[in-house]
Amino acid sequence: MIERVQDVIIETACRFLVPFIQLFALYVVAHGHYSPGGGFQGGCILGASFILICVAYDIEETKRRMTENLNTFYCSLGVIIFAGVGLVCVALGGNYLDYGVLHKIFPVDPAGARSLGILIIEIGVGFTVMAVMISIFLNVASKGKHEDELK
Amino acid sequence: MKLLGMMIVLIVGALLMYASEDMPGWGDPAAPASMHVSPRYIEMSEAETTVPNMVTAVLGDYRGYDTLGETAVIFTAGVCCVLLLRRYRK
Repeated sequence: MIERVQDVIIETACRFLVPFIQLFALYVVAHGHYSPGGGFQGGCILGASFILICVAYDIEETKRRMTENLNTFYCSLGVIIFAGVGLVCVALGGNYLDYGVLHKIFPVDPAGARSLGILIIEIGVGFTVMAVMISIFLNVASKGKHEDELK
Repeated sequence: MKLLGMMIVLIVGALLMYASEDMPGWGDPAAPASMHVSPRYIEMSEAETTVPNMVTAVLGDYRGYDTLGETAVIFTAGVCCVLLLRRYRK
């Protein structure tokens, strides 16, 4: 169990850091087209920001910000986004995960539609990786009994 | 039974080592992967996807199935972790 240690310096520093970490994570996901990065890396950083909250505060605070139901929802949402884009491509007359046909519903040319498709799946990957990171950390850190932390 | 397992492992390992002799050398420019697949990615990925980062283009578009599988693996890992570790209060 992670006991909450009331340390003003640690809690203030982490509260100050977390928004910047999350902003950087979104940057890594969105900028994966132009620099090293993408869904896996960005999702990991996003998950790490919640783990930092868990380390600096406690599990209760983490679950107040990211409830277990929401986390489980994000966990599957990423895979659904990824597989859903593939099915949308099939519905538009292309092959599975052939993003070129997305230009029929988005105002871009076929090559731009591929770039857009990559961005959408990276966002999906980011959701899943973030949620799985948080879920595994909470379960391992609390031996799977983290609902007792919520009064 | 242990002896049988050991023998199977050794035989399969020897077969794999023997088969690896026929594989192209590390970074061999005459290997099939270097002759057809890599030049195609290097030359065409930006024109076809408008993504300057070749790694992202290959990962997300050309190897989309692979990335879908990786995401499914991570999802499965998370679900298995919950199933194994999570203890609900009665």
